Amino acid sequence: MKWGIVTFPGSNDDRDAWYCLETVLGQEAVLLWHKDQDLQGVEAIVLPGGFSYGDYLRAGALARFSPIMHSVVDFANAGGPVLGVCNGFQILCESGLLPGALVRNRSLSFICEWVSIRVETTRTRFTSACSAGECLSIPIKHGEGCYVADTDTVQSLTDNDQIVFRYVNEAGEAERAANPNGALHNIAGVTNPNGNVVGLMPHPEHAVEALLGGEDGRKLFTSVFA
Amino acid sequence: MLAKVYVTPKKAILDPQGKAIALSLHALAYTEVGEVRMGKYLEVQLTGLSHQQAEQRVEEMCQRLLANSVIEDFRFEIVEE
Repeated sequence: MKWGIVTFPGSNDDRDAWYCLETVLGQEAVLLWHKDQDLQGVEAIVLPGGFSYGDYLRAGALARFSPIMHSVVDFANAGGPVLGVCNGFQILCESGLLPGALVRNRSLSFICEWVSIRVETTRTRFTSACSAGECLSIPIKHGEGCYVADTDTVQSLTDNDQIVFRYVNEAGEAERAANPNGALHNIAGVTNPNGNVVGLMPHPEHAVEALLGGEDGRKLFTSVFA
Repeated sequence: MLAKVYVTPKKAILDPQGKAIALSLHALAYTEVGEVRMGKYLEVQLTGLSHQQAEQRVEEMCQRLLANSVIEDFRFEIVEE
């Protein structure tokens, strides 16, 4: 399967995503430049982590207006699978493909650690290989990962089964102490109503080999092609 | 012509930066300080617009880019230089 990974100025996990897909998972993967509009016939897209456009104004706010994003939005609206990781999640929210927004961590600290996230729904393109309630060990590294949305939005996310991941403790419970950044209802990732666009703060591409500390992240990618 | 744009976090949104600043002001013995909210101030130079056109254009700029309506409020004033 052919994957496209978008490189924005300031992206820093684009090569990690490429390595994960091409080397570890044996997929064909190409880097798509932010100034291009041609998606080169890819069948799935990853918006990687990093600090696109230096996070100027708001994280993801400027990347959203890149030429490539017009094509990504069309691709997503046509049902194509799009995964946004960390900064990619912020870009998806800013572009309106996903509801809500990501703001400064409640602690004001940049957090870099392994967390446990619980799969809340398996109906998305990126969680179909998981079982409902399964817990995945995946690292986070962000300063602005606190998910927020207004009450009506959260209600519709719940009603439409759009909450994909929550931060949980070792027992798999979404308690306050397991919430690293203050995210509303421990939300770590959400999807659009169709389930083809998924955004999350944790980095599945960093959890694809035992050498990296774990392989749980593979399932998000294998869900698409396996 | 200059647009002075003020972007602030919505009341319902937790503002940990504002909170930390308030705590620091308290530590400096400014006991009169209540809540602090931290936002952004932007100066946008404009040319070739009437005052009314500027109002419309800047409103649009705020909605499309300068503020994120999920988390932020904005207000602005247009001043002649």
